[in-house]
Amino acid sequence: MAKAAESSGDPGTTPPRPLFAGLSDISISQDIPVEGEITIPMRSHIREFDSSTLNESVQNTIMRDLKAVGKKFMHVLYPRKSNTLLRDWDLWGPLILCVTLALMLQRSSIDSEKDGGPQFAEVFVIVWFGAVTITLNSKLLGGNISFFQSLCVLGYCILPLTVAMLVCRLVLLAEPGPINFMVRFFVVIVMFAWSIVASTAFLADSQPPNRKALAIYPVFLFYFVISWMILTFTPQ
Amino acid sequence: LPKHACVPYSFSVEFEEASDLLAETPDAATTSGSNQLTPQGHVAVAVDSGGSYGAEEEVEESDRTALLQEEKQQPGFWTFGYYQSFFDVDTSQVLDRIRGSLLPRPGHNFVRHHLRNRPDLYGPFWICATLAFVLAVTGNLTLVLAQRRDPSIHYSPQFHKVTVAGVTIYCYVWLVPLALWAFLRWRKGVRERMGPYTFLETVCVYGYSLFVFIPTVVLWLIPVPWLQWLFGGLALALSAASLVFTLWPVVREDTRAVVAVLLSTVVLLHALLAVGCKFYFFQPLPLAHPAPPTQAASLSPDLPPPPTSRAHTT
Repeated sequence: MAKAAESSGDPGTTPPRPLFAGLSDISISQDIPVEGEITIPMRSHIREFDSSTLNESVQNTIMRDLKAVGKKFMHVLYPRKSNTLLRDWDLWGPLILCVTLALMLQRSSIDSEKDGGPQFAEVFVIVWFGAVTITLNSKLLGGNISFFQSLCVLGYCILPLTVAMLVCRLVLLAEPGPINFMVRFFVVIVMFAWSIVASTAFLADSQPPNRKALAIYPVFLFYFVISWMILTFTPQ
Repeated sequence: LPKHACVPYSFSVEFEEASDLLAETPDAATTSGSNQLTPQGHVAVAVDSGGSYGAEEEVEESDRTALLQEEKQQPGFWTFGYYQSFFDVDTSQVLDRIRGSLLPRPGHNFVRHHLRNRPDLYGPFWICATLAFVLAVTGNLTLVLAQRRDPSIHYSPQFHKVTVAGVTIYCYVWLVPLALWAFLRWRKGVRERMGPYTFLETVCVYGYSLFVFIPTVVLWLIPVPWLQWLFGGLALALSAASLVFTLWPVVREDTRAVVAVLLSTVVLLHALLAVGCKFYFFQPLPLAHPAPPTQAASLSPDLPPPPTSRAHTT
């Protein structure tokens, strides 16, 4: 430090030495090893990732989310014991399904106020508040699943019932009669059973073993109510 | 010295625990209870000085620490753990409580034998939810079946009945026990032997007593009127008996007038709920004029169906 001060105080004759040049002359205690590599292995990788999601086209973003949703749909349709729905939960799928179901189930505007099927808002409220209530119930019973994971599973498992609603709508275009009703009844029963099996495959492991039935029964009631709304739907 | 520091706390806690225990076990003589309190206070202080006491005091000491452990773990009502304590039941326990409410016996107090003073909220909540949905669904089914027999009846999903059913049943299971609990606490001074039930125990009793209506409502699908009234009467008798047998030990020492009025009010409210549901959800009226949502039996079942031009078949 003294040398640097001396040399900088000498004007004109020699060009000023760069700052901190004298630091290399300071001797550090020899027994502290200060050699080694400092590398951040993920760093360049993260930087690439960040800039790629900022600069990618909108289509890429949408397709990536749609693919994630579609992958989870496949997991619901072929329920195996896997962790995909739980690990990478998202609520896009349940939202799409709930809106589709509510749009198809709502009564037409010419129907009277008191009688008739549910309004859009009523279906929405039943699905979301039902899912929240079941999640709270399973958490209060001591389950170790997180709030949004449970909402995600319950929402995705409405997929079979939405398919049943589509089929019922198509069948209702044909002539009414007992065969019409039997076909719809059969389809709804099968899809109801599929929903229950799918959600049980995902949710059952997170409950304490002697309370599994207590946690699964509200799921049964929830899908039963939705199936009932689908079965009693009459186009006006 | 931690032992000395916690003595006052333990003494007051212990007093409350002992008085609760005395309230719950009416057979325990009060004299021996009060004797238990003072020596334990001395035991807590004197243990450190190494006095040699008998084995009895050591057992009391271990009981006291066990009680302290339980007492200390009571969380505040703003934590999630507080509400978790109301759902601390297993499947077998819930099934046992349902069985107990279905088969009331005169000496068999529901709260003591089945709840064992650990009320849960799972049973009442989900039994009410199930009952509300089953009422709406079977009411709708009745309309479907009625329409098959008489195609002039206009069918519609009647979704608003779900809301009415839900609100009615939940209000019943929360407000009536609240009134009953408040009344019993007000009359507490008359009773020496047994403390009143806590609010949650009363809610539990009412919630589990509604379970018998679930199969009854399903059986009301059978369109034979006298059979429907028979099933309704049976269910009402079972349910009201369960309530009365549970309430009887608590109101037994009260004056006869109060006992008669209380028990008959309880049974009357229960009957009103059953009859109201029967009339509101199971009237296959042709729905040109939908039934008003009142609980009084003001609807006449003989209304002739006006001819409607909007008859639809499903």
